[in-house]
Amino acid sequence: MTATAQETELLADFEQTLARHDRIEPRDWMPERYRKTLVRQIAQHAHSEIIGMQPEGAWITRAPSLRRKAILLAKVQDEAGHGLYLYSACETLGVSRQQLTELLLAGKQKYSSIFNYPTPSYADVGTIGWLVDGAAICNQVPLCRTSYGPYGRAMIRICKEESFHQRQGYELLMTMMGGTDEQRAMVQESVDRFWWPSLMMFGPPDAQSPNTAQSMAWGIKRDTNDELRQKFVDMTVPQADALGVTLPDPALAWNEERGHYDFGEPDWDELTAVISGDGPCNAQRMAHRRRAHDDGAWVREAATAYAAGGGDR
Amino acid sequence: MTDVKAEWPLYEVFVRGKRGLNHVHVGSLHAADDAMALRHARDVYTRRNEGVSIWVVRSDAITASSPDEKDPLFAPSGDKVYRHPTFYEIPDDVPHM
Repeated sequence: MTATAQETELLADFEQTLARHDRIEPRDWMPERYRKTLVRQIAQHAHSEIIGMQPEGAWITRAPSLRRKAILLAKVQDEAGHGLYLYSACETLGVSRQQLTELLLAGKQKYSSIFNYPTPSYADVGTIGWLVDGAAICNQVPLCRTSYGPYGRAMIRICKEESFHQRQGYELLMTMMGGTDEQRAMVQESVDRFWWPSLMMFGPPDAQSPNTAQSMAWGIKRDTNDELRQKFVDMTVPQADALGVTLPDPALAWNEERGHYDFGEPDWDELTAVISGDGPCNAQRMAHRRRAHDDGAWVREAATAYAAGGGDR
Repeated sequence: MTDVKAEWPLYEVFVRGKRGLNHVHVGSLHAADDAMALRHARDVYTRRNEGVSIWVVRSDAITASSPDEKDPLFAPSGDKVYRHPTFYEIPDDVPHM
């Protein structure tokens, strides 16, 4: 059989597996572009979990009670765990952990735009849980059925834990809304800052999302950016009402005909700027990550030396 | 930055969810040695009582079959339908079969 004929047969097998809604597993043949798309998406997802520890992690030492501190510690530890599940999934595609770390530190792979926004208020811990993790859940639940086995399995574990993240955030905000006028104002101010960036988490509008069609054909993505954004808005509006906060969008209104909420257009130029490195905290997040990596070097080296010596000195 | 060669080996992690169940593969992680792999496995894969026992094994110690469906490895079982109970016709009125 010629190389091309063999390739055609492999591709046909691959496509039949997808058509049966079976999963592709690590040692299966796959088109190089499928592999590259997955590496890009899973790595970006893993990096987001790791960088995503920073905005909330900053509040651990200043959480207002032991209860809140324990919750926040558990949540940030989960983010680290989610990053590790995803790095493992990504490594099954033939990239090494070291390569992924280097690509992140060199700024050659991206992470979610949302983590480039600051968290100046403690209410932001609640808002991140409610809106940011809420948006992440919208994105991630369909990914449990993604066509690449290890990615889907990582997402199942993550989604189970993500629900705790969203609920602790919402409960935190409810508690503050039951407090003083000043506390209620803190919640509203935080929601005002995070609402639009949360909508941007779903990525650019479908018309400007070049990878969506191919990713959907491959079963990597199951819904378009705009579909997920709409779903998130529909889910969130009643939650905002129950909380007693106003979402900062004058165009937000129920559309009886569509059976969905209408909402305004996010500032896509802002998203472009944040993705290309000009968000409020891009430099700070990367500097912190590089510092943490360098500061941890002696620990990695010591553990390696200890293991090399048989580990029993 | 440490170089690529210094990367810790990869371990596969298996967790017994509760007594009476098999250990099941849950994922992988990097560790400098076996003891660290076990400790990291606890932190990464059992933060919510997911298990009562953990196995870790170096990934390079695993021997795997080829994933190709048409692999002759599985072919012998394909044409042995008589290994399944449904191959045998038993009248409906025979009890406890």
